[in-house]
Amino acid sequence: MSSPTLAMSSPPARAALWRHPLFRPLAALALLLAIAAVSVPGFLHLEIKDGRLYGNLVDILHRAAPLMLAALGMTLVIATRGIDVSVGAIVAISGTVACVLVAEHGLAIAFAAALGAALLCGLWNGLLVAGLGLQPIIATLILMVAGRGLAQLLTDGQIITVYEPASFFWLGAGYVFGLPVSFYVVALVAGLTALLMKRTALGLFIHTVGINPVAARLAGVRTAAIVFFVYVYCSLGSGLAGLLISSNIKSADANNAGMLLELDAILAVTLGGGQLNGGKFSLAGSLIGALIIQTLTSAIYALGVPPQVTMVVKAVVVFAVCISQSSIWSARRSA
Amino acid sequence: MSAVRSAMAAPSFTTWVSVVLMLLLFIAGATSYTGFGSTQVVLNLLIDNAFLLVIAVGMSFVILSGGIDLSVGSVLALTTMVAAWLLQVARWPAELVIVVVLLGGAAFGALQGAVIHVFKLQAFIVTLAGMFLARGLCFLISVDSITIDAPLFVTLSQTQIPLPFGDAFLSPGAVIALAVLGLGLWVAHCTAFGRTVYALGGSETSALMMGLAVGRTKIAVYGLSGFCASLAGLLFAFYMLSGYGQHGQGVELDAIAAVVIGGTVLTGGYGYVAGALSGVLVLGLIQTLIAFDGTLSSWWTKIVIGALLFVFCAVQRLLSLKKPQA
Repeated sequence: MSSPTLAMSSPPARAALWRHPLFRPLAALALLLAIAAVSVPGFLHLEIKDGRLYGNLVDILHRAAPLMLAALGMTLVIATRGIDVSVGAIVAISGTVACVLVAEHGLAIAFAAALGAALLCGLWNGLLVAGLGLQPIIATLILMVAGRGLAQLLTDGQIITVYEPASFFWLGAGYVFGLPVSFYVVALVAGLTALLMKRTALGLFIHTVGINPVAARLAGVRTAAIVFFVYVYCSLGSGLAGLLISSNIKSADANNAGMLLELDAILAVTLGGGQLNGGKFSLAGSLIGALIIQTLTSAIYALGVPPQVTMVVKAVVVFAVCISQSSIWSARRSA
Repeated sequence: MSAVRSAMAAPSFTTWVSVVLMLLLFIAGATSYTGFGSTQVVLNLLIDNAFLLVIAVGMSFVILSGGIDLSVGSVLALTTMVAAWLLQVARWPAELVIVVVLLGGAAFGALQGAVIHVFKLQAFIVTLAGMFLARGLCFLISVDSITIDAPLFVTLSQTQIPLPFGDAFLSPGAVIALAVLGLGLWVAHCTAFGRTVYALGGSETSALMMGLAVGRTKIAVYGLSGFCASLAGLLFAFYMLSGYGQHGQGVELDAIAAVVIGGTVLTGGYGYVAGALSGVLVLGLIQTLIAFDGTLSSWWTKIVIGALLFVFCAVQRLLSLKKPQA
């Protein structure tokens, strides 16, 4: 994939296209869709029934929504050289809180409490990483281990099923203008995040912290505050993802909801061109990365291959992407 | 006062804290529940957690070298699966199967180490991919559990090694785990390899400048961790008599928690392999206490382990903050 000599010998216009940061993720997604379309007849087929759009493509958008929300937050965390492995646990906590409260206290309070719980988780992570200066992986590992225990404590170890109100299911299973509500949620969050990154100095600060935290601090960037913010932001996104998931499956499973979602989110960021050692991130890239993962999963299901095989494919993809991102290639190029 | 301060500044401080914690937990259990204070309860801790101890010894080396290995739980599962398949489907002799899976585990780990070293990648992401790969390979062999009935495995699972004192016994798995711990201690503190691991964790650049074999050591460390993970997989197979792709979910987290609670600092270069034993025993005691209590549910284990992790990390962090001024 990484062939610098080829890119350099190409005409300037083509070289620019090759080198666009979104080129590789988009090409991978297109390639994957093309393979799926060839091997599964009707994979790309879309039709309108009862005013709703049906088809694998809509399904991929819908199912990828929680992952896209988690990946947006993870993008910013990774951009500051961090990592948040508690995403799955936060999904479980927020989904559980919502399902426990919704029947008695109504939708508004349930949603507010769920997001509030996610906010608390984010404050905790932020405090450990930015305040106490713990390594991000170990700081968030604490919540990853304890979080599911806390969620199980709320449900007494049971799976909580929600029967009413029906409005609770709208978020995760409803449709507006023929498209799933989850799509609009992701669009809204992604839009707001993009505005925050492009229209305020926040994006610039996050870049700075990721490239060189010490230099950033010396230059007067409030590094700790930025780092604190990204963990809170990531937790809120994960909390929202938890709401989408529990509203879609109409229940909360404290033990399994959002299992390994953190790993998929990290994978989505990597696939989207984000560098794991910080400084370089692309929100659009991460969204495409999430879509790649969901397309892969959907295609494997459609092909009738045992779904567990996805893990092997994911592993091979991670190895390939990481090796192609390795600094030794750029070192050789300049040498 | 100064004695307290110097004790706190000693590198072994958090390891001693975990030993004290272990004793406190045991005394608490022995005074609250009848039957807790018997020798066999203590030995059962070793028997039930033998696989975790072996993994924690391997993980200690990885963490001491400044890395992390997230693939160990999956390698354990893959080992049980490959062993079960070779024994039950391919009908290989048990001794050959044991040698093959151990070599396979070591090779898997060493390969991850090589990728980390050659491509200068983060250990976290490479072993994460390794975790997916090993877990996925399990399911490629079979999505169902395979029962093992090979005579050697059955005998090993049923053997009880009586101890000279009391009316107590150990399992062969526990004896192997203790032997691994002893070997680990010797390698870490008495060999050039062990010292290189510490140097690597202290500062990779310095180790490189001192002319130490950084690459070879890194690959060996992950190879050792992979070997320990597959040995743990064998112990697990002796214990469960089955191979299954869902075995050992989350074991990597338990092992990391045990190593941290045992006093090894996650940034590397600082700690003791012996801490793996006290860390594993603390985790085991918490589980036993919750089981003896009967009214507390299993999820309390997760919450308590999380809380302990927090306390130990915070203490380590505060101690390391103090050091430069001292």
